[in-house]
Amino acid sequence: MTMQELYLLVPLAPLAASVAVGLWGPRLGRSVSHWLCILGVAASFVASIVIARDVYAGHVFNGDVYTWVASGAVKLSVGFLIDPLTTTMLLVVTFVSLMVHVYTVGYMADDPGYTRFFSYISLFTFSMLMLVMSNNFMQLFFGWEAVGLVSYLLIGFWYERPTAIYASLKAFIANRFGDFGFIIGLGLILAWFGTLDYAPVFARAGSLAGATLTPWPGGHWSVLTAICICLFVGAMGKSAQVPLHVWLPDSMEGPTPISALIHAATMVTAGIFMVARMSPLFELSETALAFVTVIGATTALFMAFLGVVQNDIKRVVAYSTLSQLGYMTVALGVSAYSAAIFHLMTHAFFKALLFLTAGSVIIAMHHEQDMRRMGGLRRYMPITYVTTVVGALALSGIPPFAGFYSKDAIIEAVAKSHVGGQAYAYFAVVAGVFFTGLYTFRMLFMTFHGPERFREAAPHGEHAHAAGDPHESPWVVTVPLILLAIPSIYSGWAYVQPLLFGTWFGNSIDVRAGHAVVAGLATEWHGPLEFALHAVATPTFWLALAGIATAAYLYLVNRSLPAKIAARFSGLYTLLVNKYYLDAFNDWFVAGGSRWLGNFASRYGDRTIIDGWAVNGSAWLVGVASKAFRRLQSGYVYHYAFVMIVGVFGLLYWWGVR
Amino acid sequence: MTPYLSLSIWVPIAAGIAVLGFRREQDATFARWIALAGAIAGFLVTIPLWVGFDTKTSAMQFVEYASWIPRFDIHYYLGVDGFSMLFILLNSLMTIIVVWAGWEVIQTRVAQYMASFLVMSGIMNGVFCALDGVLFYVFFEAMLIPMYLIIGVWGGPNRIYAALKFFLYTLLGSILMLVALIYLYSVSQTFEILEWYRVPLSFGVQILLWIAFFLGFAIKVPMWPVHTWLPDAHVEAPTGGSVVLAAIMLKIGGYGFVRFIMPIAPDASRSLTGFMIALSLIAIIYIGFVAIIQADMKKLIAYSSVSHMGFVTLGFFVWSQLGVEGAMVQMISHAFIAAALFLCIGVMYDRLHSRLIADYGGVVNSMPRFAALMMLFAMANVGLPGTSGFVGEFLVILASVKANFWIGFGAAVSLILGAAYTLWLYKRVIFGAVANARVAAMKDLSRREFWMLTVLAVMVLWIGIWPRPIVDVVHVTAADFLVTVSHSKL
Repeated sequence: MTMQELYLLVPLAPLAASVAVGLWGPRLGRSVSHWLCILGVAASFVASIVIARDVYAGHVFNGDVYTWVASGAVKLSVGFLIDPLTTTMLLVVTFVSLMVHVYTVGYMADDPGYTRFFSYISLFTFSMLMLVMSNNFMQLFFGWEAVGLVSYLLIGFWYERPTAIYASLKAFIANRFGDFGFIIGLGLILAWFGTLDYAPVFARAGSLAGATLTPWPGGHWSVLTAICICLFVGAMGKSAQVPLHVWLPDSMEGPTPISALIHAATMVTAGIFMVARMSPLFELSETALAFVTVIGATTALFMAFLGVVQNDIKRVVAYSTLSQLGYMTVALGVSAYSAAIFHLMTHAFFKALLFLTAGSVIIAMHHEQDMRRMGGLRRYMPITYVTTVVGALALSGIPPFAGFYSKDAIIEAVAKSHVGGQAYAYFAVVAGVFFTGLYTFRMLFMTFHGPERFREAAPHGEHAHAAGDPHESPWVVTVPLILLAIPSIYSGWAYVQPLLFGTWFGNSIDVRAGHAVVAGLATEWHGPLEFALHAVATPTFWLALAGIATAAYLYLVNRSLPAKIAARFSGLYTLLVNKYYLDAFNDWFVAGGSRWLGNFASRYGDRTIIDGWAVNGSAWLVGVASKAFRRLQSGYVYHYAFVMIVGVFGLLYWWGVR
Repeated sequence: MTPYLSLSIWVPIAAGIAVLGFRREQDATFARWIALAGAIAGFLVTIPLWVGFDTKTSAMQFVEYASWIPRFDIHYYLGVDGFSMLFILLNSLMTIIVVWAGWEVIQTRVAQYMASFLVMSGIMNGVFCALDGVLFYVFFEAMLIPMYLIIGVWGGPNRIYAALKFFLYTLLGSILMLVALIYLYSVSQTFEILEWYRVPLSFGVQILLWIAFFLGFAIKVPMWPVHTWLPDAHVEAPTGGSVVLAAIMLKIGGYGFVRFIMPIAPDASRSLTGFMIALSLIAIIYIGFVAIIQADMKKLIAYSSVSHMGFVTLGFFVWSQLGVEGAMVQMISHAFIAAALFLCIGVMYDRLHSRLIADYGGVVNSMPRFAALMMLFAMANVGLPGTSGFVGEFLVILASVKANFWIGFGAAVSLILGAAYTLWLYKRVIFGAVANARVAAMKDLSRREFWMLTVLAVMVLWIGIWPRPIVDVVHVTAADFLVTVSHSKL
């Protein structure tokens, strides 16, 4: 098998499985269906490892598979770019996807939509792989939208629940706001570069550094800034950055495996990947980088606040995802692309892990998600508990866990940067560390420690739990947890050297001299152990510990205090519980406003003015004028048509004999 | 040489007339089978057009030229280029689907129903391949009659109003067009459309001709603000009527722009570019908002059609290869998607006898296979990559951004609006718990319905994944078209 065939195999194996299971799932049966999908993804994973070894040996591939449209000088193709950046994503995506496929066997065991679910997640894997393997913007957009489609289908997977189908619609439309910017960005690229292939665009980007477009007479926009900001608006939708983040918390309505796969590990990082891929463009626009930094910093800090007040176990993890995506975005903004991808990778492991442990808890709790009705679970679910602790430590950035290395690298990079908004961003990412520790361990303590609140009757009585203690989940659930816990522990110190300070990314990421913050870090680099030891002396580490200690005090020692704090600062608490009122605003302004506009246009524009005045008005006029000719009117349209045709020929005849 | 174009016109018409021989109620089965055979035969004779088409020339192909009324130099002159060939295939394929769609649904006057569609199919093929002005006009007017009958006889409760509105609206538009045709004859001494491309015309005359043709074709597209006949016509038309209306008849409007308006009055067209782009963007954005709040599914899709056809006129008037090709693909793609969505609504209507969104909810529970197919068509309507709906919109948006940032900005708004109205419709109708006992009793697709929709699904996916064959047909014609229209006729 040649390498090219292997490249094709990577996306096509999950696609084939998805199509087969999607069309004939019920006929194939459950076990054939899940084996097909698991084997498809496993094949992709193995192929990705082979490709990674090949790329590591220095083989980069850039070539087309087929021409999609050829229009004049513009040729749009489907093709692959296999370089270190792509390969990193391939490994992350296929590995997490494989874990989630296996986990699903246990999690969805009782669901009537079992085979449909497998078809969807394999389709998702295909789409995500097409996205990361693309060598051009068009295919990137294809993958971009296709993952959005599957996300939509999966959020609304339980289609009888009103909240789920509302959330799915909201997710799709919020993403479309991002895509709106993205497609304009593609239009600008095509207009100025004449192609949508990465390689020529990146090669020629420098020559456009001074180019401007005139949005209005006298106005000047840098073309590259406009392109970068438009593309980043797309990333804001997909990677859930403020203010387009509103869909991600609601997406938790979907089954938990997809929260792990799509809404934590892979799809939401597509925006991060995209910006890293576009580094040759973003590097040329200080304005765009500053914009990215500020948006990312805002997301990192303000979403962390919201994580502290959530009571739904999945929503805590969801807000944590938003905040961590903010960290990655900040890293992009300060040109630390490799640090962003590094954090993307470690985050994929430990966040998928946290979602899957949350799912394991949810199974044990018979689909109860409110942490106020949990507690003390560590005695009953040891594997879930230990793996959650691993995930929590990694997320909080405690050395030597994976998240520490990637997050600390980002914070250090921000400190060294000179991009616009750097001071704000530095404050946000450092302060965010405290709140990360706080909400993460709040979740851990509320779920696994303290009194066993699940024994109390639920207030509405709808969850009268069956007698018997909660118990550990089956092996199909726990084995993926363990396999994800392993990289959550080691992937930080093992990969920090090659990814950040080595030559792994090579030419796939472009950083200009003035922005070389990661290279600046490299001068202080003495090895992973020293990195960790050094961090212990920094305030960041102590802030994380302080966050954990605060959580321990509030949720283990003095458990009545949180309620008192909430009552004391009720204004702030209400603001946070209502998510800064952004959802309410969107419902009122965006959704309500559109309906109002539609009604207004329909009632006054279409019915009153066009139909009322113009159409019926002229009919009325004709009616008045034709009173005299009433006798001629038979009222049968075919008479009119006949007279008309006679008229045509009469006219022609008159013309001829004249 | 076999006269494939004549066959594509007269085979369906002959079949239609033959079907009329089985008007008796007990002969309905014969009528159906003969109609199906006629439609399939009509499609088969168009296949050589695709196979034998030379994509390397913009010259007319499969030309047939015969004297018809020598006194006025009127000829039976047929031919196709990259702009028209695809529509003939599309129309002939759609005729099979429409006959199939009416198979069990239509129980009264089956023969007349089938005959109307077959005759209309032949006439519309004539519209697309006529190269003589008078011949074109005869076909153009004649196609109104079967459609008028389809709406007026097999339509809904308010069918007479809708049919009359449809008839008068479009007839009104075409009266001035006749004047324009005769004027062109008087200055060129010929009715050959291609000759008119070369006739020098002063700017004032071009403007007058432009207005005359514009009224005729803009109503057909339909462009804002002459679109209000379409929702009424769709709502009252039987499913098959809506399918043909959306899939083929609207395309004649778009086709008129590239066959008549732009090459005959290029200077006027260029000077009215801003006007055309403004109308197109209003169609895309304003109509998008209007679509969101519709309570009637057919009206919603009708407004969605107007919005999508805005991309066609926009694509033509950004004056670029990408724009023209995008507009052509958009027309082909919209034909499949709109047809499929109207068929989907028809499938539900046949079971519940309501088009109101409020009467549905949770259809997926009783009709899962239907829900899956409709999801595909909904996503195509949204313009998702991988479906045909993406190709045209994408190319036109790219071309618009190149022409002017704000035009692209306006066109891209459809990404949001299209998703909003289509998926909100889907959510309310298909998703959710079963709304009422009648929805619970709905039966999933019959084999006939399943295959009818599957054919369209295959087309939608094929064009989405590999649009190149379609674009290649248009390519050279579009390139030479842009050269033609760039020459001033002053």
